[in-house]
Amino acid sequence: MSDTTPGAPLLEVRDLHVRVGGQAVLKGVSLSVRAGEVHALMGPNGSGKSTLAFVLAGRPGYEITGGSASFEGRDLLALAPEDRARAGLFLGFQYPVEIPGVNNAYLLKAALNAARRERALPELDAFEFLSLVRAKTQLMHIDESFLGRAVNEGFSGGEKKRNEILQMLVLEPKLALLDETDSGLDIDAMKIVANGINSLRTADRSIVLVTHYQRLLEYVVPDFVHVLAGGRILRSGDRSLALELERRGYDWLSEPAAA
Amino acid sequence: MSTVDLDALVKRSYQHGFVTDIDADTVAPGLDEDVVRLISRKKREPQFLLDWRLKALRHWYGMREPHWAQLRYAPIDYAAISYYSAPRRNGDAPKSLADVDPKLLATYDRLGVPLHERARLAGVAVDAVFDSVSVATTFKEKLAAAGVVFCAFSEAVQRQPALIEQYLGTVVPYTDNFYATLNSAVFSDGSFVYVPPGVRCPMELSTYFRINAANTGQFERTLIIADAGSYVSYLEGCTAPMRDENQLHAAVVELIALDDAQIKYSTVQNWYPGDEQGRGGIFNFVTKRGECRGRNARISWTQVETGSAITWKYPSCILRGENSIGEFYSVATTNHYQQADTGTKMIHIGANTRSTIISKGISAGHGQNAYRGLVKIMPSATGARNFTQCDSLLMNEHCGAHTFPYLEVRNPSAIVEHEASTSRISEEQLFYCRQRGISSEDAVNMIVSGFCRSVFKELPMEFAVEAQALLAVSLEGAVG
Repeated sequence: MSDTTPGAPLLEVRDLHVRVGGQAVLKGVSLSVRAGEVHALMGPNGSGKSTLAFVLAGRPGYEITGGSASFEGRDLLALAPEDRARAGLFLGFQYPVEIPGVNNAYLLKAALNAARRERALPELDAFEFLSLVRAKTQLMHIDESFLGRAVNEGFSGGEKKRNEILQMLVLEPKLALLDETDSGLDIDAMKIVANGINSLRTADRSIVLVTHYQRLLEYVVPDFVHVLAGGRILRSGDRSLALELERRGYDWLSEPAAA
Repeated sequence: MSTVDLDALVKRSYQHGFVTDIDADTVAPGLDEDVVRLISRKKREPQFLLDWRLKALRHWYGMREPHWAQLRYAPIDYAAISYYSAPRRNGDAPKSLADVDPKLLATYDRLGVPLHERARLAGVAVDAVFDSVSVATTFKEKLAAAGVVFCAFSEAVQRQPALIEQYLGTVVPYTDNFYATLNSAVFSDGSFVYVPPGVRCPMELSTYFRINAANTGQFERTLIIADAGSYVSYLEGCTAPMRDENQLHAAVVELIALDDAQIKYSTVQNWYPGDEQGRGGIFNFVTKRGECRGRNARISWTQVETGSAITWKYPSCILRGENSIGEFYSVATTNHYQQADTGTKMIHIGANTRSTIISKGISAGHGQNAYRGLVKIMPSATGARNFTQCDSLLMNEHCGAHTFPYLEVRNPSAIVEHEASTSRISEEQLFYCRQRGISSEDAVNMIVSGFCRSVFKELPMEFAVEAQALLAVSLEGAVG
């Protein structure tokens, strides 16, 4: 059923319309992501980038008024958020939430074992889990003591983002939607995060980077770049589009001639 | 802003709601001196105890039910309650487990109370109180070797009348309050613990209370004395069958810690909470109080309250001894139409006494949860300190959380801190967990457990797991 040969369509968004609090935010977004591809989704503030990521991940509170989204041929929008996650969709949060009293490692182990159950793999015990996580914490330059702390509680902005990528590396999703993972990172942290993302780049996984700036794209080079503005994808291209946006900003795209 | 229906998550299933069909010796409903005399006679009590009961009864006649709590319920008809019910047995009290009615043992098996040899594995000594009578006490020999007395209250009356006479009612006098006074008149059984000087009790002590008979009240009385330099950890668990009518439970617990002694008292209260419409359930009006009578004494109350239709209890500490410490750690959940008015009183009398209060209230369904706490610093309590933190977690917009802190500080050197918070369970937290593949139900449990963590870690390890599982059951169905 799940076809993950390179080049097979993984995510197919067609003419998606979404309202939030009665207001149209996405006005017909189409996006096709194949296995092995890295896409960058760029655009100004309020253009609907985060909304798209949240809707695809199943966050409550969004009204879908038209269009469709499928994941490996399944109707993504009909699935509960946890089922989307178990199917292999991961959202890296722009603002990872703090959960007081819940151990970081405990959450991650529960998440991993939920995914493993879905794939009919045996659950990992505490020792197996720890040895698996240890290697990944090193890759992310995260101190092991991190695992014993409450989820995101008292973490710096950069630590939260690295923790998101750590979770991604442990869960090994088929599709990672990374919502402004680069925001608030200094250049060293950016390199660590990029390194983590690249380590997950294989022929059967896809990544969608939501970002304002093309800086991250110097380290994680995308196959496609899309510009989302006013709830629509105004333009798609390759990496050179990101560089052009860096030079010219977004305004020239919304001029009538550009449409 | 969210479409997640938290209400749908709040579907509780009560797993201890069965009735054991057992021949019971139950006194006709109603309360007068004859009933009190009958109870006392059945237990072959010494005269001082009968006199004490009768004084309590006469005092009770002049008392009125208190109504200051944040609770609403139909009036209780005290004349319709039977004040004594005991499983009928042939001849004398059981001499050993072999003499105990197998049906009773089967009941405790279903409840998971380790009365038999498996208790040895668990390392927990158990006294079980079924309706009004203590059924069996395990591990007597091992405890006796350490000099620890752990037995049914009625047995202690026979074996240790001097200790009973010396300590009974010295922390909770028979005049204390409506329910405690009623208990003093009609209490039937309960547990008694005495730990001699310098002895560290070699195992956790535990009492399991079970209400079985219909239309009876359960009035147990527990007395724990930790002599100088001793230590004891004690846990009580409670269940009851599902019944449409309400049943009264009015217990009294007295703790006494002498010089350098420590008592750790933990409760996992899972009385039948009533059904989803609020029919039935236990009315739990309980008076629990400990006194740090000696220097450097320490008393800790840890409670996980998930059951009962109504919970009215304020496990308290009288900090009389210099440098003594009182602690109160509480998790109280109310779901459906449950109501809880619970908290503590910390009475600082001795110099440099310290107290800590951590209260976590979780409200779901139409549940109402009130924290009520008094911190009183007497003029003699120079250098006293208190830290109070009470947090409330609301699962929806129908339930309620209330906080009633009372502070009376009569010594200017005291330091008293109070922190409080009330929050709705966060949609962001739930979604974050679900996005990581964790079901909404597991996510709620995880978040709630995290919220309660600072209390759970105070429970003895064996019971922390049980408490967490119980919490999960009591909030079953809280996310759609």
